[in-house]
Amino acid sequence: MSFIEVMDQWKTFDIEGYCESVTTGRIGRILGSAAVSPLDFLALLSNAADGCVEQMAQRASRLTRNQFGNAIVLFTPMYISNYCENVCPYCSFACHNDISRSHLELFEIEAEAIRIAATGMRNVLLLTGESPSKVTIEYLEKSVRILRNHFSSVAIEIYPLSVNDYDRLIAAGADMLTLYQETYNQPRYAKLHSRGPKSDYRFRIDAPERGCMAGMHAVTVGALHGLYNWRYDAFFTALHAAYLQRKYPSVELSVSFPRLRPQAGNFTSPGLLSDRQFVRMMTAFRIFMPSAGITLSTRESAQFRMSILPLGITRISAGVSVSVGGHGGNGSTPQFEIADERNAPEMCSDLLAAGFQPVMHDWNRALTG
Amino acid sequence: MDDLVIGGVTIHSRLITGSGKYRDDRLIPDVLAAAQCDIITVALRRIDFDRPQESIINHIPKGKVLLPNTSGARNAEEAVRSARLSRAMGCGNWIKIEVINDQRYLLPDNNETVKATSILADEGFVVLPYIYPDITTARHLVDAGAHAVMPLAAPIGSNRGLLTKEFIAMLIEEIPLPVIVDAGIGKPSHAAEAMEMGAAAILLNTAIATSDDPVAMAKAFRLAVEAGRTAFLAGCAPQYIEARASSPLTGFLES
Repeated sequence: MSFIEVMDQWKTFDIEGYCESVTTGRIGRILGSAAVSPLDFLALLSNAADGCVEQMAQRASRLTRNQFGNAIVLFTPMYISNYCENVCPYCSFACHNDISRSHLELFEIEAEAIRIAATGMRNVLLLTGESPSKVTIEYLEKSVRILRNHFSSVAIEIYPLSVNDYDRLIAAGADMLTLYQETYNQPRYAKLHSRGPKSDYRFRIDAPERGCMAGMHAVTVGALHGLYNWRYDAFFTALHAAYLQRKYPSVELSVSFPRLRPQAGNFTSPGLLSDRQFVRMMTAFRIFMPSAGITLSTRESAQFRMSILPLGITRISAGVSVSVGGHGGNGSTPQFEIADERNAPEMCSDLLAAGFQPVMHDWNRALTG
Repeated sequence: MDDLVIGGVTIHSRLITGSGKYRDDRLIPDVLAAAQCDIITVALRRIDFDRPQESIINHIPKGKVLLPNTSGARNAEEAVRSARLSRAMGCGNWIKIEVINDQRYLLPDNNETVKATSILADEGFVVLPYIYPDITTARHLVDAGAHAVMPLAAPIGSNRGLLTKEFIAMLIEEIPLPVIVDAGIGKPSHAAEAMEMGAAAILLNTAIATSDDPVAMAKAFRLAVEAGRTAFLAGCAPQYIEARASSPLTGFLES
């Protein structure tokens, strides 16, 4: 069974129609009950829940504190190549964009790792464009091995791989996998990814599951909000996470709700969700899956990030550069414009001031083998 | 003196606390002072052996028994590797085995826990396994060489109290090892109740760490554990369905 089959069960379901039919009474009953079903989660995304946003935030905050305490894990991304064969119109790295291309050699990866590690960061997220001819599995394997020597945890956010290739990266030292479906809506996905390896919707949607099968300790799924209807993508993100958690109970499941940011190219979003809708989406998810992690990136502003921290966030990035070689100060074109420029020490002191414990180290290398 | 002896070490305090979930690690010394505990558990995944100067261990006062736990381990092999790393890095030979294969409820895998206990006890570790309160598992742990058993009261972080009370009572009755109630204790009254039942000690973290005033809450739990223990030693009065008059009506028959 694949998550595709779960999605098929909802194929004829009218998500927007259902959301319009939800009453405030229904929302009250959901918030008063302990267990929340997928349909309850969807109801919490409806406009009928808008008046209950404070109540949802209170419950989400309480659930998060019980499960995760006041700890927030910090990580930083590291881009190693922006060569890409895909045509995603919402991404600066798309192959048709005339940007400066860069591909780090292994010694440059080591230098970049040393620079990041010097800031106190212990969790790194390795990212790359999708260019299997340039960014080969051997290159990725060697990159992970280098990072392993400088960080306590190495996460990857790269193009989808086979179980075998995930196995190789785990053996090299990767312990976490992040992979966003961009949009779960298949026709919209096909339109946005008309060419290149990313056009294979099925291979991408099954990739987080292949990561679980290979033995990743932690897996993060999500959609890029701003590409399609936010309720649709939030609903299937949550179902995807719940499906994986049920099938692979030992994996630490997380989601992220990235919102589209300005980038190279001229992509216009059909509509971004508001801050209020974002908060409802995130708190509804926390109520639906109390034990899942929620990652927050620098696509959001410093002020907004600090405001929503207590509502469910468990991982946050800091000292961020989204360009290849960016931690050395001479990066190539960034993947998108970030909205929070704080470095690691600034983030730590802001977290402490807000009553959170910044966790730099959350991994035991004996678990990697 | 009513001391608890585990692995040849005399433990004066029957309250064991954790070190995670605090809003600031710098609170830990004050919390430990208020709790007056002798043992503190630390998740190995939070100890940065590559950067000892930044490690959470620096916030733990000298003289406490460090009880590293294998949080993050999904099977016996990972737990065993974690324990060996912990000892090799100077964290002593005490280990709390925590094998969790279920991220939703964070319930332990008893079978893998028994396997890991057997291997580590043979290697000279003082092994304290975290388990779902199951008497067969507990008996296997006795055979495997565990130094205590640590049954959960309720899921970790749930603060729901003694949901497994009847099963913990069986362990206290049958198992010739200290029974340390671990996880789910949310209020001092929960801790007192477990101690009144005859639990050897209480391990808790969330209820203190996420309290608005962790230092005051640590003190409250210390007092509750002492009260429960004192009541257990004094012998709690039996319970009856009907009232029993303090001045009986048939007293004249005895005179």
